[in-house]
Amino acid sequence: MDHTSTLERVIRGILIALVLIFFLFPIFWIVLMSFQTNETILRIPPSIVFEPTLSNYTALITGRLETTAGNLDIAFMKNLWNSVLLSSASVALSLVLGVPAAYAFARFRFRLGEDIAFTLLSFRFAPPLLVLLPLSLYFKQLGLTNTYIGLIWVYQLICLPLILWIVRGYFEDISPDIEHAYRIAGNSWWQTFRKIAVPLAMPGIAAAGLLAFIFAWNNFIFALILASADKQPVTVGALAFVTASGIQYGQIAAAIVLSIAPTLALALYAQRYLVEGLSLGAVKG
Amino acid sequence: MTAAADHILKPKTSSRFLRRALPYLLSLPALLVCIGILIPFFTAVYYSLLRFRLNLPALKGFIWFDNYINFLSDAAFWNTVKVSLVYAGLTVGVELLLGLGIALLLQKPTRFNNIASILLLLPLMTAPALAALMWKLMTNPNFGILSYFVSLLGFTDFKWASDPRTALLTVTLVDVWVYTPFIMILLLAGLRSLPKAPFEAAALDGVPRSFVFFRITLPMLLPYIITASLFRLLDSIQQFDIVYSMTQGGPGDTLMVFQVQSYLEFFQYTNVGRSAALLIILWAITYLLSNVFIKQWLKLRERAHGGA
Repeated sequence: MDHTSTLERVIRGILIALVLIFFLFPIFWIVLMSFQTNETILRIPPSIVFEPTLSNYTALITGRLETTAGNLDIAFMKNLWNSVLLSSASVALSLVLGVPAAYAFARFRFRLGEDIAFTLLSFRFAPPLLVLLPLSLYFKQLGLTNTYIGLIWVYQLICLPLILWIVRGYFEDISPDIEHAYRIAGNSWWQTFRKIAVPLAMPGIAAAGLLAFIFAWNNFIFALILASADKQPVTVGALAFVTASGIQYGQIAAAIVLSIAPTLALALYAQRYLVEGLSLGAVKG
Repeated sequence: MTAAADHILKPKTSSRFLRRALPYLLSLPALLVCIGILIPFFTAVYYSLLRFRLNLPALKGFIWFDNYINFLSDAAFWNTVKVSLVYAGLTVGVELLLGLGIALLLQKPTRFNNIASILLLLPLMTAPALAALMWKLMTNPNFGILSYFVSLLGFTDFKWASDPRTALLTVTLVDVWVYTPFIMILLLAGLRSLPKAPFEAAALDGVPRSFVFFRITLPMLLPYIITASLFRLLDSIQQFDIVYSMTQGGPGDTLMVFQVQSYLEFFQYTNVGRSAALLIILWAITYLLSNVFIKQWLKLRERAHGGA
């Protein structure tokens, strides 16, 4: 394909530019909005020339919004903190549960193993409400409604299949001979796992952890059903925010920017592993 | 694999018992979490066979398949089936065509193309619920930039998600924005992993490019296309976040997809039995699809991991 004509190159360039505009413009526009006051947002025609203000962000961070109807206290920072806590704790728990299991599935062929692995995989594709609605009634009886522990447990539905299947692939790609040699040298099984297998699979474990974090962060439906305002992550919190009266459009935009910035930054950082992670290891990036 | 396991375990394994129990011990914690989640699943099956309304506890009783039978003559149910199928078909169809097109555009691994493909991942990493809010701001009738653009084209009263005629179009747009990069990135990885030889031979023989595309590229890419589409179809038929954040299933019942409908049955009409029955039907659909999917996915996975 080296003898492409100039015309073709130009058309390709234009098409790629259009694609980039469609997919990046919304993010660009919301970021612009977050630095504007209602006055400049409501201008017609819209313009990208305006005097930027940080007032939307300071209002969100201090939690005091001045509206036409007086002062309004909002807990957006609490939502942000909930997202950080829920996502990181869920991923941590998932790694503790998932990495040994992934190792077992990769190294040993045992009857129950494949069954567990596929059951976990099928959770990835089952309608979440099917589990969540009965669970919401159970949680009430167990006193787990609106607790971090309850949410972190249910978030395993998101993180565990991801970690299990990605990390399993990495363990399968490591030759068992290295572990064998280390065992011959007189080390215990646990030492071999900890000092040889885990370090060798580390890139995979890190990638799976980052992706699981992104998916946990982006989840909406779990907390919508199982958490009230004070435990809700940003995805649910931001929706309540929009429907609250008197909030300025720039503040909504700023809340969205603060909510999506962490996952976008992580995704750019971990982009090398995204393809493999998104396809649960079916396609190598 | 068994040989590999023996290799690791043979030297100095403390006891036969430990050797046999080790894999189970390692996966036990994950299994326990599974069981905790399997219980609600069976509860849901049971609920779907009950007359069970949270606001009328006295009426609770076992009614076998009446919830399901009632669906047959229920226009709202058939609307849900129709809307879900149309939503899934439309979104995945558009995403597949667009994703394939973009993957072909970015096929050459140049520096520019690689940066472009990374930037295109950003929508995919945006929470769908938040993406819906972003588009809601952009389609706001008072100040939305998109409302402004279409007004320039002469549509001064374009109401996007609040008009039943354009609601589906609007949520499809959001879905396409979020998920096209998923198909694109999988197909791009697929395209770049295809063997070079058939293409070089075709170029030497001066085979027309349309022939190369339809007879070589497309057939070789087919496993990737099927995997990516099934993956998306499974998610799309259960779409909740985007529809709920954007319109909560409205206006009217225009966007009452399965999960939104069962959410409202449960929380608004407190009809647990009906809600559970709806979800079981959705689960049956996704179960059939996911079995086809998992077969495809395992094939690709084996290839990616060198047939291990």
